[in-house]
Amino acid sequence: MSKLCGWMPEDAGEMMQTLRYVVFRDVLLAMRRRADVATTLFFFVIVASLFPLGVGPEPKLLRAMAPGILWVAALLASMLSLGRLFAEDYADGSLEQLVLVPEPLALVVIGKVVAHWLVSGLPLVLISPVIALQFDLPRDAIVTLLLALLLGTPLLSLIGAIGAALTVGVRGGGVLISLLVLPLYVPVLIFGAGAVDASAMGMDASGHLSILGALLLLGMVLAPWATAAALRISLE
Amino acid sequence: MLEVSSLGCLRGERRLFAGVSFSLRPGGLIWIQGGNGSGKTTLLRTLCGLTHAMAGEVRWSGTPIQLLGEEYRRELTYIGHANGLKEDLSAQENLLVAAHLVGQPVSRAEVAGALQGSGLAGREHLAVKFLSQGQRRRVTLARLRLMPPRTLWLLDEPFNALDTHAVAGMRKIMENHLSQGGMIALTTHQDVAIQAADVQTLRLDA
Repeated sequence: MSKLCGWMPEDAGEMMQTLRYVVFRDVLLAMRRRADVATTLFFFVIVASLFPLGVGPEPKLLRAMAPGILWVAALLASMLSLGRLFAEDYADGSLEQLVLVPEPLALVVIGKVVAHWLVSGLPLVLISPVIALQFDLPRDAIVTLLLALLLGTPLLSLIGAIGAALTVGVRGGGVLISLLVLPLYVPVLIFGAGAVDASAMGMDASGHLSILGALLLLGMVLAPWATAAALRISLE
Repeated sequence: MLEVSSLGCLRGERRLFAGVSFSLRPGGLIWIQGGNGSGKTTLLRTLCGLTHAMAGEVRWSGTPIQLLGEEYRRELTYIGHANGLKEDLSAQENLLVAAHLVGQPVSRAEVAGALQGSGLAGREHLAVKFLSQGQRRRVTLARLRLMPPRTLWLLDEPFNALDTHAVAGMRKIMENHLSQGGMIALTTHQDVAIQAADVQTLRLDA
């Protein structure tokens, strides 16, 4: 690895290595416990499938409700796995070791968020077109949904990490995370569902998608620092 | 060199300790003693920079550790009360990941060697959840056998759950580290005679 990165400044090579290993570690752990990954995915599928059963098979109604339902299901599914983001590392003492890694803590946080998204966000994005078919969404709207989720789910992981870090070591942290994080998810929900809505009505969704993209950039810059600060406080 | 000057810590409303001062030179060992709840772990965590001191200062080569940040963390190995092992990973994977994360690129062979030295030959690929408490502690301590070693070791009850054989092995590793100019701060309830040129004892009981 160090030879491969020979052209990079020493520091950047080491930082990349730390980042890679945090992602590798968390993805490997998730692969050892596939049931946890499957839970998130099935939760999304089931919540999104319950609505057509409850509301009835009126295609017009379903089509109108689909963007909101799919996004709310995605928010809840993403939140379901947040509790595990730092809590297990805290319980077994490896969080202390991660904080003592000789690189900025924000970098470790980015690694953990990337792994969280790969494990709980990406599968959800990939399965969403199938769920969207249940609601009889037009093809353009399905493509928009895919794009919006692709931009929105990493943002959910980034925002969620702040809540997870704040509630590390707190009893009943799971409920507290929802109270902290769900209000912060609101902009993602509005613009994400808005994009799909616009596209379903045959309008241009690029405005909504651009705002989602801008929010994602903002989140990528700010959320890791906020999470790192929250972790330091929680570990005191 | 690690210098600690009039360090004081609170836990909740209670004062744990105050006015703790010592300095640790290359080759030096400090033995932190005290009853349960006297603040040994808090002191070690403060030395790592995990907990902030209410009063006083910890300096590394003359600079406060808060200012050094990553540079200081590059010099230390902290082994806490908890083992910090992932139950679903094997001993070898745990060590490999831990070493790479702290910027110590070690090979599989080196990790296997360290585990063998810790008496875990043949169990390298077993998930940690199948290991006994003593064996888990051995896996954690095997980090100290990996090269290149860090200068400053902060060890919280390193001998917990270890059998006499493993304690003797650890003692040798520590003596070797000290003879090469390393520094160790440790807490333990066990009586282990570690040979070093410079041994200090710090009692935290009020």
